[in-house]
Amino acid sequence: MWKKWMALKKTTRSSAVTYAIVIAAYLVIQLLSSLGLLSSLFTGLLVPLCTYVILAVSLNLVVGFLGELSLGHAGFMCVGAFASAFFSRCMEDAIPVSGLRFLIALLIGAAVAGLFGILIGIPVLRLKGDYLAIVTLAFGEIIKNVINVLFIGRDSNGFHFSTKDAVSLNMEPDGEVLINGPQGITGTPKDATFTIGVILILISLFLIINLINSRSGRAIMAIRDNRIAAESIGINITKYKLMAFAISAALAGVAGVLYAHNLSTLTATPKNFGYNMSIMILVFVVLGGIGSIRGSIIAAVVLTLLPEMLRGLSDYRMLIYAIVLILMMLFNWAPKAIEWRERHLSKFRFFGRRKDEPAGKGA
Amino acid sequence: MNKVKRFLGMALAALMVVSSAAGCSSDTASSESTGEPTFKIGSIGPATGNNAAYGLAVQNGAQIAVDEINAAGGINGYQIEFSFEDDESDAEKAVNAYNVLKDWGMQMLLGTVTSAPCTAVASETDNDRMFQITPSGTAVESVQGHDNVFRVCFSDPAQGAKSAEYIATKGLATKIAVIYDSSDVYSSGIYSAFAAEAENQGLEIVAAEAFTADNKTDFSVQLQKAKDSGAELVFLPIYYQEASAILQQADNMGYKPMYFGCDGLDGLLGVSGFDTSLAEGVMLLTPFSADAQDDKTQAFNAAYEEAYGETPIQFAADAYDGIYAIKLAAEQAGITPDMDYTEICEKMIEAMPQIELDGLTGIGGITWGEDGEPNKDPKGVIIENGAYVSMD
Repeated sequence: MWKKWMALKKTTRSSAVTYAIVIAAYLVIQLLSSLGLLSSLFTGLLVPLCTYVILAVSLNLVVGFLGELSLGHAGFMCVGAFASAFFSRCMEDAIPVSGLRFLIALLIGAAVAGLFGILIGIPVLRLKGDYLAIVTLAFGEIIKNVINVLFIGRDSNGFHFSTKDAVSLNMEPDGEVLINGPQGITGTPKDATFTIGVILILISLFLIINLINSRSGRAIMAIRDNRIAAESIGINITKYKLMAFAISAALAGVAGVLYAHNLSTLTATPKNFGYNMSIMILVFVVLGGIGSIRGSIIAAVVLTLLPEMLRGLSDYRMLIYAIVLILMMLFNWAPKAIEWRERHLSKFRFFGRRKDEPAGKGA
Repeated sequence: MNKVKRFLGMALAALMVVSSAAGCSSDTASSESTGEPTFKIGSIGPATGNNAAYGLAVQNGAQIAVDEINAAGGINGYQIEFSFEDDESDAEKAVNAYNVLKDWGMQMLLGTVTSAPCTAVASETDNDRMFQITPSGTAVESVQGHDNVFRVCFSDPAQGAKSAEYIATKGLATKIAVIYDSSDVYSSGIYSAFAAEAENQGLEIVAAEAFTADNKTDFSVQLQKAKDSGAELVFLPIYYQEASAILQQADNMGYKPMYFGCDGLDGLLGVSGFDTSLAEGVMLLTPFSADAQDDKTQAFNAAYEEAYGETPIQFAADAYDGIYAIKLAAEQAGITPDMDYTEICEKMIEAMPQIELDGLTGIGGITWGEDGEPNKDPKGVIIENGAYVSMD
């Protein structure tokens, strides 16, 4: 058995372990939940955890494999969240089956966010490095601000749009405001569940792992490693950059759909869709290891749980959270810390590496 | 080394899962083991971040009420335990905070402080059948549509509509300019309702100028437009920090209209570095002012200043009233701490419309409708000689 396992390709083994971790975590949580051992806090955190895992994994595609720093990831999440929540609010009566409605909402969220990814990607991907980071940051803020001035209402005459205020929608008395500017969308049906979240994580993993192990994925990584060399062997840089960017945006949109359908109110505040969130997602990716999908998952879970677990410290919570974050970064990435770990913890090599294999970045 | 790192990461994650699950079981054990049963009232609000001042005021105001009630023998003879959780004014964090309080054994919720989180938590409490009263969540959706949610403050539309009504019935002006914060729920909510009601009252809005949270330092454009439109009165449904800047800049350009605002202007006189003489003549509609001379307000001020070293703002008063509303309704309903929270909730829903609270934010009595909205008279006050003076 072990021999057969070790005979598999390293990438296959690595991705199998990643899937196994997600499925095992799901089963353990389901078991604990059925035994009534889960606290309300933890139960409430399950869907957000799925959201952040998908966000981290999708951003890793751009940061880790395309090698470009994107600071506008929350913007795509925002687009997916609002597009899908708007759909669900409109269709709440027309499609009473929550499963079907949520499936369509997911597709809409992913499609709209993916479309924005392409639209924004076309001008933005002409830049690289710091310039690209700053421009994506700006686009993320633009998306958030545009949504904050958007008013959409519906009455017997159809839809009304305004960018001024709810009064200028001029609706009939039977009308209801669906998107109410800074107040956002209220009353989104709570369709997201942990099981759907885990299925979406698995789909995202499947998409990304297969992409990076495919011809396209190798092209994307070739662009990261040496753009000029990649161009010289005939790789269409724009196409592959745009591909990675759009897939990443669409997955962020999916995360947005989960986010929107887990809370009954959706507002685009700097806290949830601003650059704070984009940077938070980047922190997941960097802490977990740029280019390591499994690392992103673990970092997203740990960093989402951490501030909630620290609630016992009340006033010092956010301070301690920041300190723990710094310590974790140092422990993971400081050269001295890596050296120390190599020396003292090398006996814990559980997942085994064939002796002839080089120690490199796994998926 | 990557593997080691991953292993450690996973071990850490596993540890957290176990500790959170374990945390749950030990919590329930401790609540059972305490000898004397107590009422557990939870509260949620921002204790960190931009709106921390409001959350902390609610926490402090509620704590004063809880201490007073406990010293006087508690509710129906049972002491109250009070716990406050931070939500950073974010809907998602607010739901987390709510779940933390549920694990703690909360039976009634005073919260949340800000509107969007309140709406998110209200749908959770509605599902769980937990009694909720928000001291300061002003959005309509926070309360309406949920029979278990009540509020102490006015809703945004109520403030806007009452302001328009007040201006019209007092005959203050007919041509009105509005300067509001379009990125803020509170401000745009009041403005929408004000605009709708102004039309009914025969008031003319000659200019409606918006600003956003990202550019709230220079108001010269908005003021110039208000001036050009010939407005006699400028309506300011905004918070006091921006209002102080507007008053300053209007004075610099020699524009002297009447000003009218809502409860957000409470605190205007306390802005540091602001020439309070500019605020002379500013009118505002507020349910609470710390300068009121009645005994209740004075006693509350004294207690608050002694405990926290500052003058209470309206949010603290709302929270204080919220705790006393819970007390009155609990006594009316005759609940005891050994009931579970769904049973308490149903009895409280029945009792709330029957009580009348003589509170800080509604002198002369606050009553509640079954829709959860309070009925109380707003007080029109005007700033004269650096103090709030009643206009009625």
